[in-house]
Amino acid sequence: MDLKNNIPSGPLEQKWDRHRAELKLVNPANKRKFNVIVVGTGLAGASAAATLAELGYNVQAFTYHDSPRRAHSIAAQGGINAAKNYQNDGDSVWRLFYDTIKGGDFRAREANVYRLAQVSVNIIDQCVAQGVPFAREYGGYLANRSFGGAQVSRTFYARGQTGQQLLIGAYQALERQVGLGKVRMHTKKEMMDLVVVNGRARGIVTRDLTTGKIETHAADAVLLCTGGYGNVFYLSTNAKACNVTAAFRAHKRGALFGNPCYTQIHPTCIPVSGDYQSKLTLMSESLRNDGRIWVPKKRGDNRAPDQIPEDERDYYLERKYPSFGNLSPRDIASRAAKEACDDGRGVGPGGLGVYLDFADAIKRLGRKTIEDRYGNLFEMYERITGEDPYSVPMRIYPAVHYTMGGLWVDYDLMSNLPGLFVLGEANFSDHGANRLGASALMQGLADGYFVIPYTLGGYLAKGGLDTVYTDAPEFREAAAAAEQKVHTLLNINGKRTPASFHRELGKIMWDYCGMARNEAGLKTALKKIPELREEFWKNLTVPGSGEALNQTLEHATRVADFMEFAELMCVDALHRNESCGGHFREEYQDEGEAKRNDDDYTYVAAWEYTGDTAKPVLHKENLVFENVQLATRSYK
Amino acid sequence: MRLRLHIWRQAGPDAQGMLKTYDLDNVSEHMSFLEMLDVLNEQLMEKGEEPVAFDHDCREGICGTCGMVINGRPHGPLARTTACQLHMRTFKDGDEIYIEPWRATAFPVVRDLVVDRSSFDRIIQKGGFISVNTGNAQDGNAIPISKTDADRAMDAAACIGCGACVAACPNASAMLFTAAKIGHLASLPQGQAERFSRATNMVLQMDAEGFGSCTNHYECEAACPKGISAEWIAAMNRDFAKAAITSRD
Ligand SMILES: Cc1cc2nc3c(=O)[nH]c(=O)nc-3n(C[C@H](O)[C@H](O)[C@H](O)COP(=O)(O)OP(=O)(O)OC[C@H]3O[C@@H](n4cnc5c(N)ncnc54)[C@H](O)[C@@H]3O)c2cc1C
Ligand code: SF4
Ligand code: FES
Repeated sequence: MDLKNNIPSGPLEQKWDRHRAELKLVNPANKRKFNVIVVGTGLAGASAAATLAELGYNVQAFTYHDSPRRAHSIAAQGGINAAKNYQNDGDSVWRLFYDTIKGGDFRAREANVYRLAQVSVNIIDQCVAQGVPFAREYGGYLANRSFGGAQVSRTFYARGQTGQQLLIGAYQALERQVGLGKVRMHTKKEMMDLVVVNGRARGIVTRDLTTGKIETHAADAVLLCTGGYGNVFYLSTNAKACNVTAAFRAHKRGALFGNPCYTQIHPTCIPVSGDYQSKLTLMSESLRNDGRIWVPKKRGDNRAPDQIPEDERDYYLERKYPSFGNLSPRDIASRAAKEACDDGRGVGPGGLGVYLDFADAIKRLGRKTIEDRYGNLFEMYERITGEDPYSVPMRIYPAVHYTMGGLWVDYDLMSNLPGLFVLGEANFSDHGANRLGASALMQGLADGYFVIPYTLGGYLAKGGLDTVYTDAPEFREAAAAAEQKVHTLLNINGKRTPASFHRELGKIMWDYCGMARNEAGLKTALKKIPELREEFWKNLTVPGSGEALNQTLEHATRVADFMEFAELMCVDALHRNESCGGHFREEYQDEGEAKRNDDDYTYVAAWEYTGDTAKPVLHKENLVFENVQLATRSYK
Repeated sequence: MRLRLHIWRQAGPDAQGMLKTYDLDNVSEHMSFLEMLDVLNEQLMEKGEEPVAFDHDCREGICGTCGMVINGRPHGPLARTTACQLHMRTFKDGDEIYIEPWRATAFPVVRDLVVDRSSFDRIIQKGGFISVNTGNAQDGNAIPISKTDADRAMDAAACIGCGACVAACPNASAMLFTAAKIGHLASLPQGQAERFSRATNMVLQMDAEGFGSCTNHYECEAACPKGISAEWIAAMNRDFAKAAITSRD
């Protein structure tokens, strides 16, 4: 297979403008003749669906939620980056581009990231026009804060609810188009499979979660905006329903999966409290603007935090990375926390926690300012833990948060399957091996508002798409397979629930393919996963029927795909004999710092499904750096 | 701790529902309310029984998916707290807890504690947006907005669309939800152009969906997990009245 990334030629700064000028256009009268399916209505999907409908395309949008406003994007707290340089602190498109490339540990495509930085400024304008209530200064101008991995203040925010406000903005634009009849919105419908006809993506199979009905839908192009797969670990900061099914099904139909092992572990989450734990809660990274992270210097020191004098505390991030300190990138901060805890200096139950302390900030700025900045986050912390962070330092621990890997796409966001576009967290494109804070919202909206409206037109204008109908054999075969899957899951009649299998799979992944990985561990995981999968298909119980709302069945269909996908992640992690960003292989390090191997691994690993998840075929897209120099990431 | 739960069970929209009683042991005070229900459901499934259907997703109080009436109060006893953020330390050993779905004509029960809230989306479709197309907006700082206005808009925009206000209202009115959206957009310069038509169209749709009218009980404000103030309802009524007077069609 020839992996063409279709990056336009010419200087970096001009690639996107030139490409836009050269892309073919669909004339306005013809747009309404094209049908586009958008799966997922989070930031990426809602922005894409609304914009394509504004342009005149016929859009059908799908989500398993009861409303687009519930998508996981809603939970993003901290903010969204943009190279506006409103603070005049030296920011620029180039600097945002460079920070993102470096933050990603030089494992992302230059051209994509540069375009992302370019359109970042338009996103803010667009959202303001929609009425997104971004935080303002007293003078009436937009306010900014700082985020990890950057030394400028370029993050726009709406209290601690930035994702909510951006999603509501996109949701409102989408509902406007629904009201106008330009988008047909299908809520509570889960995509079960992709339909490929003559080598092109031409439709999907869905299951109505309320009635159980399996349906097929045909279109000229399919956009997957279905989010990330962090829930393969069971415990993560993702919403409970997030899953890999749509992406994995597309993979099984021929779409390559890029860098599946690149997972982001977020350093500031509330630690696990018991084995009933159903998810983990993120404490926004913005807290690291004012909070100081520390552990006791002495092992097993179990005095209360206020009993530990200043000189017996180790502010380890400030010590190890003096120039970025508490704002070091996520992968680095997470590993440093793990290191401290592995060293026996962790705090709280089980020693799996470190302090995030606001005492100094409260002294310096006053309680009121801290309340204004983080009030809702402090409240959330107190609700969950029963402790008041204004008087006792927060306890935090790293947790799975984001997946940089995803379906492989070219510069136009099209996968290797013509007609299948992938947007937002579901694609692999912009964050390399580690994503910087406040960059996922930026990417989702860049993809949906500013990239796909052009590149989709370019694809459709090329023509060659004959009409397909859902009674074609490809549709019937895929629908029958989905029916069969549901039927099988309902009739195993074993003893264990989907949640119990999901938990066990998550534990395997966390232990062997989590924050630190090594060859022996990954090989163990590759032995355990198929064993667990076999038990799943023999010993699962799913009470109830397939003809009504059945949440256990929904969970089972998703866990079934995680069971296979987990293997692909481990295969990828095992093959990458280097450490980079969120992928830390213990064999490859320099005193705890990730050691890249640029000679052998400066490529995107794009995996092809072969019928056996343990034996995918590797395709390499070499990453060419023409504008930045590969350097060891240093935040010291 | 040990709890006795009385939970509304209803197999489908047209089925007869009833409260069923379950005893649950070994509940930890650190569990969230939904984790307590997870544990119950796991036990039911291990016995081959159908678990209790309830809606949830983020479990962080922001997506607005969860919602159930707990001991007569939407989202339970704690003020400004969604069901998913409620923790069992609020209850004590031996407590009896009644758990029921939102009850409103415009929110039909789908199953057990799950209701259909698509009526909210249809209210938004009638005007809960600013009619701008993507792509060529002016610079974000071109319209300065005072911090006070931005903060006010944000107060209203914080609504999570959960429907607790409707569930709490004796008339099952959706005034607070609708007023929050109208208030968010009316607080900003961007929202002025369509301000009055927006108020009219959204309020009419609210009525068409079968939500009741407001007779000033303020139960909505008390139940709202995001602290949306009932003052927004007064503001909405003013815009609605003004629209009626100035309407030229
Ligand atoms: C707690 C938290 C805080 C965060 N904070 C920030 C932040 O401050 N800044 C930042 O930049 N990023 C942040 N992120 C990351 C960011 O929120 C996400 O990466 C981003 O919102 C993903 O958007 P998306 O549109 O790609 O996917 P999602 O918002 O996850 O949407 C996925 C959509 O796909 C649908 N879907 C999925 N599968 C199917 C299927 N099979 N059939 C039908 N529909 C399907 C879902 O219903 C949903 O509509 C945060 C993430 C978390 C977990
Ligand atoms: S106003 Fe409050 S109670 Fe009503 S939907 Fe919004 S957040 Fe929920
Ligand atoms: S589950 Fe999201 S608000 Fe409760």
